[in-house]
Formats: sequence, structure tokens, C-alpha cells
Amino acid sequence: MVTFIAILFAGALFAGFIGSLTGLGGGVIIVPLLTIGFGVDIRYAIGTSLISVIATSSGAASAYVKEGILNIRVGMFLEIATTLGAIAGAAIAFFAPTHAIAVIFGFVLLYSAVVSFIKRNGTAESEILPEKKPGRMIGLLKAKGTYPTANGLKSYTLQHLGGGFIVMCVAGILSGLLGIGSGALKVIAMDSIMKIPFKVSTSTSNFMIGVTAAASAGIYLNRGYIDPVLSMPVMVGVLIGSLIGAKFLIKSRTKSIRLVFAIVITLLAFEMIYNGLAKNI
Amino acid sequence: MDLQKIYDMPENIKQWNDARMRDIMGSLLHIGVLAAAFLVILGGILFFIQHPKEIFDYTTFKGEPAKFRQVHLIVKESLNFRGRDIIQLGLLVLIATPVARVIFSLIGFLIEKDWIYVAITAVVLIILSVSLFSNYLSF
Repeated sequence: MVTFIAILFAGALFAGFIGSLTGLGGGVIIVPLLTIGFGVDIRYAIGTSLISVIATSSGAASAYVKEGILNIRVGMFLEIATTLGAIAGAAIAFFAPTHAIAVIFGFVLLYSAVVSFIKRNGTAESEILPEKKPGRMIGLLKAKGTYPTANGLKSYTLQHLGGGFIVMCVAGILSGLLGIGSGALKVIAMDSIMKIPFKVSTSTSNFMIGVTAAASAGIYLNRGYIDPVLSMPVMVGVLIGSLIGAKFLIKSRTKSIRLVFAIVITLLAFEMIYNGLAKNI
Repeated sequence: MDLQKIYDMPENIKQWNDARMRDIMGSLLHIGVLAAAFLVILGGILFFIQHPKEIFDYTTFKGEPAKFRQVHLIVKESLNFRGRDIIQLGLLVLIATPVARVIFSLIGFLIEKDWIYVAITAVVLIILSVSLFSNYLSF
């Protein structure tokens, strides 16, 4: 048992490190590690992964929340969508057969691999759009904000609230169903659809991940899928790994790391899909 | 000019409040994660001392006992100071950390009298409570 926990801890350390370096989070590695690597029931793996997602998201958010880039109001509004989605996702996870979850997980992994490979570096800010007359909902929700840049405060106004809300629901469902943070999808909803500046989108997304994961983790806890012995090495490992990753991030050239990560993720994706189709999971 | 100043004022007060809210929120998340990690590590050490040889099997789902599932039982059992009970309390603290952040936001919006966001935050809090206490709702 001690060796089992030690290996699990090492794996979680690695997952947290790579997850924070690539910005995709540790969840995408923890679930395949537990299911393929250790033969753990996929719902135990998802419950454990959600724990690590809350830990890394809250740990990271505590550091940058003070910088004033994220938009607390917009985040809170969209958390209605992600938490509702997360509960729905957790409910689906309990009724869906485990091998089907594995196949879905595989496809989401493949998608993550593609996204992480073509991910932009965040230097390309969304272009400033011509000032459009804001709709009634946008005015009501005060869906605008400012954020600090090198040239002083910049302001922005949100667009397509409805579209963003729906994509956030989907992000919540995937988070609850698969035990991942689904940060990439959250950023797409804010950056591409709602036209929130990229920097604001990424930090607000990270801020929201903890609340989203807590919504489904509550269900997993109550259903008996969060095990103390399994979660202990994973939570501590991922947390330490992500802290090291955050320190390392500043010095390293992330492009080559992203390539390696994309390849690893692709292999894991095929492994999950294969095992799911063969009903090994 | 004067009109513009009056127009800007509430926004300034709001921003100042938001900045203070963010500071407290950051500390709240920090303390929550640290407390959870401390409990989980402490529980882990106790577990190793109490069960050095025990083997657990996770290949098939058996479900955790009620004392690891229900919020009030997790809190109650942790007083016995057994390894796994302490770990589970730490995990509960971790899950509660984002919830505490939402509760704090609710207080912040109440102070700002931002009623629309008081309502929005209350909805998020209700959803989170339904999840965390779903066992008591028997569905």
C-alpha cells in the first residue's frame, strides 16, 4: 500500500507540474493515470481528479486574484451556468456506463491535445471592437469592466451573453462528467464568444474552475466516490507539482513542452478510447 | 466637469470595494487550501501509522461508508482522530473553500447594495448547497 501511494504521489506530482506548465490542469492526466495505470474504477478516478482540480485552481487563484485582472461579476454570473452543468454532468456520470465515459474522455483529451498545440501565447489580444450599443441584459448585468495594462486601464464590454452562457453550461457538464477543470472551453466561451480580453478570460476562467469543480465534487462525495486514501497522495502531489510548474513557467520555453504534452495526451486519448470500446474500463 | 465627477463617484467607490473584496478573497482561498493540505497530510501520516500493511482495492466500486459521505458525519468522525477521518475532513475543507468564496462574495455584494449580483450569487450558493447536501435531499 505504501508503494502504491508513493507511485500515485509521484504520478500526481508530474500531472500537476505538466498541468500548470501547459495551462490545461492536472485532471486530464490524473484520470487516465488512475484508470489505465492502476485499474481504478473511472468514477473513483473522476472524484479524485475533481479534488485535485479544486486544490490547484484555488491555490493559483489565491495568488493572482489580487492583481485585479479577473472580472468577479462576470465570473459569478457565468458560475450559474457552470455549476448547473456540473451537477448535470455528475448525474450523467452515475447513469452512463463506465466504458462510455472512457470513450467521451478520450475524445475530449484528443481535443485538448489539438487546443494545447495550436494555443496562442496570449500576446495577441482580441482586437478592439467598434463600440456597439449594448443590449438590455448587458446593461442590467453591468457586463463590462476594466483591466490594468502597460498603458493604463483598458475597458471592455461583453457581447453574446446567451451564447457564452450555453458554452459555459457545456463546460460545466464536461467538468462534472469527466473530473476535469475544462478551463480551455471556459476561455473559448469568454474570449472568442463574449469578446472578453484574453488575459481577463484566462484568469476569470481559473477563478471559476474551483466553484465548478466543487459543485460536482459535492455530489461525488455524497455518492461515496471520494476516497480518502486515494485522494490524499493525489491532492498533495498535484498541488506541489503545480506550484513547481508555476515557478518553472517563467523560465522555460513552453512551446517544446506543449508539443511533448500534446503527444502524451494524444497517446492517452487513444488508450482511453481503445479501452472504452473494448469495455476494459 | 462637475457632473462627470458625480457620475464617476459611485464607480470609484465600487472599484475600491472590489479591490478590497479581491484581497480578502485571495487570502480566503489561500487559507482554505493550506488548511485542507495540512489536514490531508496530517491524516495521511496518521493513516500510515495506524494501517501500515492494509491493502485497498479500487478496481470495482463499493462506495464509501456513510461516515465518509455525509457532511455532518465527516465532521463528527474526525474528532476520533483517525487517519482517514482526518483526510476526509481535509477534503471537505477543500470542497468548502470555493463555497466560502461565494459566501464572501454574497456579503460583499450586500455591502455594495448591488442587488442584481446579490441575487445571482445567492443562486450559485443554492446550487452549491444542493450539491454538497444532496444526501439529505434523498435523490
